[in-house]
Amino acid sequence: MKKTKQLFACLVLMAMGLGTAHAAYTLNLMKGVTQLSNEIYDLHMLVLWICVFIGVAVFGTMFYSIFHHRKSKGHVAEQFHENTTVEIIWTIIPTVILVALAIPATYAVIDLDQVVEPEMSIKVTGKQWYWDYEYLGNGIHFESHLDEASEKVHRTSGMDPRSVPNYLLNVDNPLVVPTKKKIRFLFTAADVIHSWWVPELGWKKDANPGFVNDAWTYIEKPGTYRGQCTELCGRDHGFMPIVVIAMEQEQYDAWVKATLDKQNQAADLSKQTRASLMAKGESVYLKNCVSCHQIDGKGISGWYPALSGSEKVTGNIDQLIGFIQAGTSKMPSFKKLPANDLAQLITYIRNSADLGNNVNDEFQPCEMLSLDDLDDMFPDIEDAGQLCKEFGEVKPVKVSAESSAGSE
Amino acid sequence: MTAVVAEHDDHHDHHDHGPEKGVLRWLFTTNHKDIGTMYLVFSLIMFFVGGTMALIIRAELFEPGLQFVDPQFFNSMTTMHALVMVFGAVMPAFVGLANWMIPMMIGAPDMALPRMNNMSFWMLVAGILLMASTLFMEGGAPSAGWTFYPPLVLQTGNAMPFAVFAVHMLGVSSIMGAINVIATIFNMRAPGMTLMKMPLFVWTWLITAFLLIAIMPVFAGAVTMLLTDRFFDTSFFDAAGGGDPVLYQHIFWFFGHPEVYVMILPTFGVASTIIPVFARKPLFGYASMVYATGAIAFLSFIVWSHHMFTVGLPVAGELYFMYATMLIAIPTGVKIFNWTATMWKGAMTFETPMLFSIAFVVLFTLGGFTGLMMSLAPLDFQYHDSYFIVAHFHYTLVPASVFILMAAGYYWLPKWTGHMYNEKIGQLHFWLSAVSVNILFFPQHFLGLAGMPRRIPDYAIQFADWNMVSSIGAFMYGFSQLLFVYIVIDTIRGGTGEKVTDEVWEGASKHGLEWTVPSPAPYHTFSTPPEVIPTEHF
Repeated sequence: MKKTKQLFACLVLMAMGLGTAHAAYTLNLMKGVTQLSNEIYDLHMLVLWICVFIGVAVFGTMFYSIFHHRKSKGHVAEQFHENTTVEIIWTIIPTVILVALAIPATYAVIDLDQVVEPEMSIKVTGKQWYWDYEYLGNGIHFESHLDEASEKVHRTSGMDPRSVPNYLLNVDNPLVVPTKKKIRFLFTAADVIHSWWVPELGWKKDANPGFVNDAWTYIEKPGTYRGQCTELCGRDHGFMPIVVIAMEQEQYDAWVKATLDKQNQAADLSKQTRASLMAKGESVYLKNCVSCHQIDGKGISGWYPALSGSEKVTGNIDQLIGFIQAGTSKMPSFKKLPANDLAQLITYIRNSADLGNNVNDEFQPCEMLSLDDLDDMFPDIEDAGQLCKEFGEVKPVKVSAESSAGSE
Repeated sequence: MTAVVAEHDDHHDHHDHGPEKGVLRWLFTTNHKDIGTMYLVFSLIMFFVGGTMALIIRAELFEPGLQFVDPQFFNSMTTMHALVMVFGAVMPAFVGLANWMIPMMIGAPDMALPRMNNMSFWMLVAGILLMASTLFMEGGAPSAGWTFYPPLVLQTGNAMPFAVFAVHMLGVSSIMGAINVIATIFNMRAPGMTLMKMPLFVWTWLITAFLLIAIMPVFAGAVTMLLTDRFFDTSFFDAAGGGDPVLYQHIFWFFGHPEVYVMILPTFGVASTIIPVFARKPLFGYASMVYATGAIAFLSFIVWSHHMFTVGLPVAGELYFMYATMLIAIPTGVKIFNWTATMWKGAMTFETPMLFSIAFVVLFTLGGFTGLMMSLAPLDFQYHDSYFIVAHFHYTLVPASVFILMAAGYYWLPKWTGHMYNEKIGQLHFWLSAVSVNILFFPQHFLGLAGMPRRIPDYAIQFADWNMVSSIGAFMYGFSQLLFVYIVIDTIRGGTGEKVTDEVWEGASKHGLEWTVPSPAPYHTFSTPPEVIPTEHF
């Protein structure tokens, strides 16, 4: 009997250990920052405690029996093998417990589904291997990739992940949302199935190609909340994190304005130094190319071709631009890259020692565009194409100043 | 293998022909014991192959950062580990036990369809070899997870059609095995062996066999649709052509959920066979055990979407699949209570088979608890595809199915070989396994709750500590299993040298017919039906 008590005490202590979350290494589910996530947390604690008590009762009985009903203690086996009453009791009690659990769970399911009357909507598109966020209504649209520091460390052997803050849980462009607003998320995917999970919001939702799923949140507390893709989506499944920054409405409005200003800026077609092209080119490469072609440009045999020493990369420049912009059946089109990024990227992949290429040339943004492109991009400037061709740049600052003066 | 041959040669039945000599015996055998042995040996080898893959995974996850393998290969390892363990280790091991034990338990001379029995074994070997060959193909082995979800699986390299055909072969093998089990049980029971007198192991296998026949064609159909989507321009699962990737998940899990019960129902059967013997009591609630097994099998067909709570089901769907899934807790609970009641007021001894069986009841119950937690749909929105689910299904597979397979090995080895295994090393094997399996899998609950997704080769720093603990447990567990191999070989070669009786375990002949024949069991048993049927549970 004494032993049983000790065992019981031990189990209760273990259970209490489960119940308390520690900051250093978490044992339990986190509480989250929305009413929905708290509802889920409470339900989790309820069922956890029910399991603990059932466990204590069942294992307690079993261990009592193991300690006392053993042959070595001279216990003689009884031969009963049926008892309808207890069998009915232990069918009914679990049924009652299940009903008791089903009620709050049903409410939570219904609450999760209340994607009605949102105050704003964000379309989330999962892609191999980054997230694409589009704010419906205000035109903000950007990609969110794993941050450069994590990208470099996980792709290079011998680098210490502990040296990177928020290793693998940081992105270049976080999703910024206002607090105290009902936000609707619309999920879809471009290639394979992904799943968008931020534990502090209390749920994950699959992003299925060709279909749209929805979910909602209402964040109470400003803060930075991190998560990851949770549906296996290929080679870099582990490297497409999610960062949500919730801020007060005022700050959020300021962020929207700043982001829109940046997004609507005219293309930067200024001339750049070789060093700047190379450095920025590496960033573009890390964001867009490294997943397949790898940090050393060697690709993956049987999957992705090498860039090192590739004729396509080091050969004719117009063909290379065309290739990158068109894509192939395996490689997506990179038409999305602005001339600026494209020039940096091409300079980088043709000349980077890291990739094992050295053509010894450089390209300016102007060279990425045809004369027609340029005239389309700068309708306010006469002969933008000519300017670009002659001087190798078109200064956007000058452009916006002139155009605003012209309209007055 | 040669040791086994020698043993059987020494002890063949005197008034009947013995086994052929040499390798042809194993190639062409139609003897249920030979085929059972081949299944068991094959599954033990696969257990180590799949285990090695698991250790590659755990080695990579020992520390944050990528140290050993490429992420693509990592994904191949998680995929192949699951396929090998499910289709190569656990399922064949239970088929091996079925082959060996079902005829002996029901007093039949052999399986009903002996030639098909041989074919289904060699089809299994061919299927697994075909699957394994994909490891060496351009583009690597399948890496989209054992669930083969499209569209990701369509990005597989040359391996894809081979993997699909391997699945077909494994399916055909399983279906033939299942037909054989059903035909044997329905036609070959000894006079007096009514259905409700059959040992629980036979009952659970009968129900499992029906599950297999129902689900394997569904899986074969699903992967065939993948094949035509990839190579023949159909678009079952491609929205651009009017298909739906989620449709695949519905079909897959209609197979997949009963499939996990294929691995657990015979486990229940073996536990229900072993626990009464070592408690020296009849099994408590025999009839309710049978009905509970039937209920679990039935429910397994109507709960599949609980694997898909987050794919975007309508509310009514979420609620229905949540309620249906919660119901499984009732028959499963009945089973656990019955095993506890069987131990209650018994006269227990704790030989290795009993130790593994008790550990199974306790640790399977932990897996059941997390199963109950995940059945609640809103909670699954947090747990789904995190390490919490990894912990859950490994608790229901490793310290459950695998522990019970170990228990079965220890329990029946003396009957199979005529020698006693080394109890001391057996207990050492048990304690090492029981401790390390918890070091391995328990911390994975914490990781999942803290937000670590499954199937990732590298992770954030806050997951580092528990991953390291888990990896240490994995290596302890993996290497402990070598003891089992040692014990099996040692026992075949003579074990402790102790003369084992027909009954082997005290009072076992009251529990099953297999304990009424000599140890080792002659090459042919029950050429004439047994006269007395053990009716101990009545």
